Amino acid sequence: MAEITIQNLVKTYPGQTERATDDVSLHVDDGEFMVLLGPSGCGKTTLLRMVAGLELPDAGSVHIGGRDVTYLPPNKRNLSMVFQSYAVFPHRRVRHNIGFGLAMAKVPKAEIEKKVAWAADLLQLGPYLDRYPAQLSGGQRQRVAVARAIVMDADVLLMDEPLSNLDALLRLGFRAELKRIVEQIGTTTLYVTHDQVEALSLGDRIAVMRTGQVAQLGRPIEVYDHPSDTFVGGFIGSPPMNFLDAMAHGGVDGGVDGGTITVGDAKLPAPGGLPDGPVRLGIRAEAISVVDAHTEGAVPAMVDVVEPLGAATLLTVRVGEQEVKVQVPPDVNVRNGQTVHLSLTPRAMRLYDAETGLGLDLR
Amino acid sequence: MARARRTRAVPPAYLLIAPSVVFMALLLGWPMVSGILQAFVGPDGVTGAYLQRMNSDPAFWSAVRNTLLLIVVLLPLQFLFALVMAFLLQARPKGHALYFYLWAIPLAVSDLAAGLVWLSIFTDRGYLNSVLETLGLGSVSWLSYENYGSMFVAILIAELWRATSLVLVIVISGMQGIPKDYDEAANVFGASYLQRLRHVWLPLLKPSLQVALILRTILAFQTFAVAQALTGQDFPVLVGETYRWYTALQNPHVASAIAMVVMAVSMVTAVIYLKTLRDSTKGAS
Amino acid sequence: MTSAETSAETSARPAAVPRPQPAVDTAPLRALRRRRALLQVACWVVTAFMVVPVYLIALAAFSSRSALNEFPLRFLPTSFSTETMSTFLSSTGVLAGLINSIMVGLLTLVVSFLIGVPAGYAIARFAFRGHDQYQLFLLFTRALPIVVLSVPLAQLFLSTGVYDTPLAVTLLHSALALPTTILLTSAVFLAVPVDAEEAARIFGCTPVGAFTRVVLPLALPGIAAASIFTFVMSWNEVLGATILTLNQRTLPAQVLSSLSDSPLAFRFAGGFFLIIPAIVFIAVMRRYLLNMWGTTIR
Repeated sequence: MAEITIQNLVKTYPGQTERATDDVSLHVDDGEFMVLLGPSGCGKTTLLRMVAGLELPDAGSVHIGGRDVTYLPPNKRNLSMVFQSYAVFPHRRVRHNIGFGLAMAKVPKAEIEKKVAWAADLLQLGPYLDRYPAQLSGGQRQRVAVARAIVMDADVLLMDEPLSNLDALLRLGFRAELKRIVEQIGTTTLYVTHDQVEALSLGDRIAVMRTGQVAQLGRPIEVYDHPSDTFVGGFIGSPPMNFLDAMAHGGVDGGVDGGTITVGDAKLPAPGGLPDGPVRLGIRAEAISVVDAHTEGAVPAMVDVVEPLGAATLLTVRVGEQEVKVQVPPDVNVRNGQTVHLSLTPRAMRLYDAETGLGLDLR
Repeated sequence: MARARRTRAVPPAYLLIAPSVVFMALLLGWPMVSGILQAFVGPDGVTGAYLQRMNSDPAFWSAVRNTLLLIVVLLPLQFLFALVMAFLLQARPKGHALYFYLWAIPLAVSDLAAGLVWLSIFTDRGYLNSVLETLGLGSVSWLSYENYGSMFVAILIAELWRATSLVLVIVISGMQGIPKDYDEAANVFGASYLQRLRHVWLPLLKPSLQVALILRTILAFQTFAVAQALTGQDFPVLVGETYRWYTALQNPHVASAIAMVVMAVSMVTAVIYLKTLRDSTKGAS
Repeated sequence: MTSAETSAETSARPAAVPRPQPAVDTAPLRALRRRRALLQVACWVVTAFMVVPVYLIALAAFSSRSALNEFPLRFLPTSFSTETMSTFLSSTGVLAGLINSIMVGLLTLVVSFLIGVPAGYAIARFAFRGHDQYQLFLLFTRALPIVVLSVPLAQLFLSTGVYDTPLAVTLLHSALALPTTILLTSAVFLAVPVDAEEAARIFGCTPVGAFTRVVLPLALPGIAAASIFTFVMSWNEVLGATILTLNQRTLPAQVLSSLSDSPLAFRFAGGFFLIIPAIVFIAVMRRYLLNMWGTTIR
């Protein structure tokens, strides 16, 4: 087990002009589960592959457990990895797939047997040890890939979208199992995904990436509640955070409740110290509720779409020209075309610069 | 293997394949049968005379020996060479597309032309001796019938040059079907390059190698024009003997008898080919 | 890019303040570069083995007769001359052989495609009883040695008056090329999505219309590639052509049959001339090469 220190990593793929990773620095503590989250092309997989040694950086450095591995080939880094495609060797039985890394390291046979048995037990692969991967289901192959990774006494466990090839139901089940296993073995883990739910549920910390840079780094709940910019807010959460064009009126400098924000015709209280002018108001769908018309500060809106989701109902409403997603309890009865009044929880409001999209929260 | 195939009305398919079946029956099936008859049936009915005649010709047995020797020595070298070439290309050196083109050219070169190409090198006043002469080492009669060894090596090299491209192309197209994830996974799990070759690439390439091996074996039994162009009749091979019996000795019966030998070995190889292929398709995912 | 106003709780984007870069161990990188250099050297060696013979035969073919009689031979094209080539081309039977070769090649193409394309389509698109057996049979025919077929065919052609004509060679070559043609075209048709064909049918095409308007245009590049393949196979075939003809030789047959009584210069020129299509063929087919062999073989 070891910590990972990534410093100023720059990588441009041959023939490309955009940097795949643009001066990325990141520190993963010993035993930490770090998730790299972002849309496709954001550089998260490139970053992972540079830690693995499958790509070499143009500049910067990677240290694992204090050892400089920047340009070291993968086989000398003492890693293990779960691949998106599983990459379970089709010509080897499950047993020899799981023991592959140990066999390459010339570990004594008896010890390999023992470790394989342990991993197979942990992942419920016992009955399949003598099968070939072609005789397994996708989910079982995935388990083999994970088993192969955890038998290694690796410094770092790397996972590249390991759940993305599973169907939705299996994914849900295996996600919890994966979390249990990784917590149990306690290896430092770097996990790449584009699925924000996975990121929130698994990570000790999440690094949200965009265009080759880390847009925000923090614990899941911080990233969810306090997106550092509109990109992160728009990427994390389902539905994503709402952003409304609003006008800020600063009020008294430093005053706690001096300012106001105008959305359409409604005036909402806001933290003081804001410069006057346009801002973006960010708020999550579940922080908006439908209230009756007389409530103070209620924002009138027109219902466009009603989507009952079972546990909640998702409304798409219009505030002036702007579209807003609102999550209401399933028993709230609204119809298309109806006018409703929305109340925005003040605590959950985040303010962003109208131009740069960067956070303006002042507390 | 079985891709989107639909179960539809049966007749059109038969109409579509019928001409090919008739054509092949006439031009492949009939000659094969009549070749067998020719080898075993003389003017006075069934006879083993032609086989005996073949058997008693010393050139026949040296042709058998030469052909087998060539296969036994050539194929391992050829596969080793093709694998080296394939793995070199796989490492994506600068200019690999050009290399692939240049290395694939012999694929389309006929055995006759290949023989003539190497003739210009190995002939007494050819390029190889010119090099030796220039270096002051003196000439060697590489293709003289007195130098069996050098004659064999010359044919070996010419065949290595001509036919390795086929193996190369089969191996590379097999390689392209193997996701690079396997190699990367092995690499991450600590396997060195040699370990990856042994435990990942070679096993995964096994189906392609089997195909190439059988195909090359069948073709190697038919080696002819290279030997003919380089050595004339001095290095007899099986197909060359058929040619000689048919053209020079004007005896189609013995020619057919020898042809039957070639066919028999080829068929046996083909059966092994289809058998192993079917077995190996099971293991792949 | 970083903003001072980012939430204090969440450490935002890493500061772009230049940190002292730790010295990175570049020894593995140097080892990698060394390996890449070695790789290039190895590639050059292989290339030399593959290309030098072609260069030498070209050199010989374009040397004057007197230069070819020198010993040691020259390795640089200092005595460029078309004398050897033109002597070769004007020798008896060479020009006629060339014409015959081209004719046989084209005819083989036509015959094997007229018969082979429908069969290839049937394999790709229809499930019928005997489908797999038929395919197996095609694979099996690849093991039939040409020599086995040539002798009996010569007898048959002698008795039917086809012997010693380009037609005789065409028939043999078509029969030899047919299994490959069928397997190749079926692979080409398999690559044409069934959806496209079905869409055409839904929008009112007849089966034949759907084939000619949708499938064929999509399959044409692949079929063209396969046809070059067939042509080269015919161009290169020598044994059968020699046995089936006496006067109406194809070019390789002509070269082979006059091998023993022709001067070296003639053989070198012939060797080079026979190689030219190979060089062109591989250049044109580079893109298809792997698919071709990959699919014919399975």
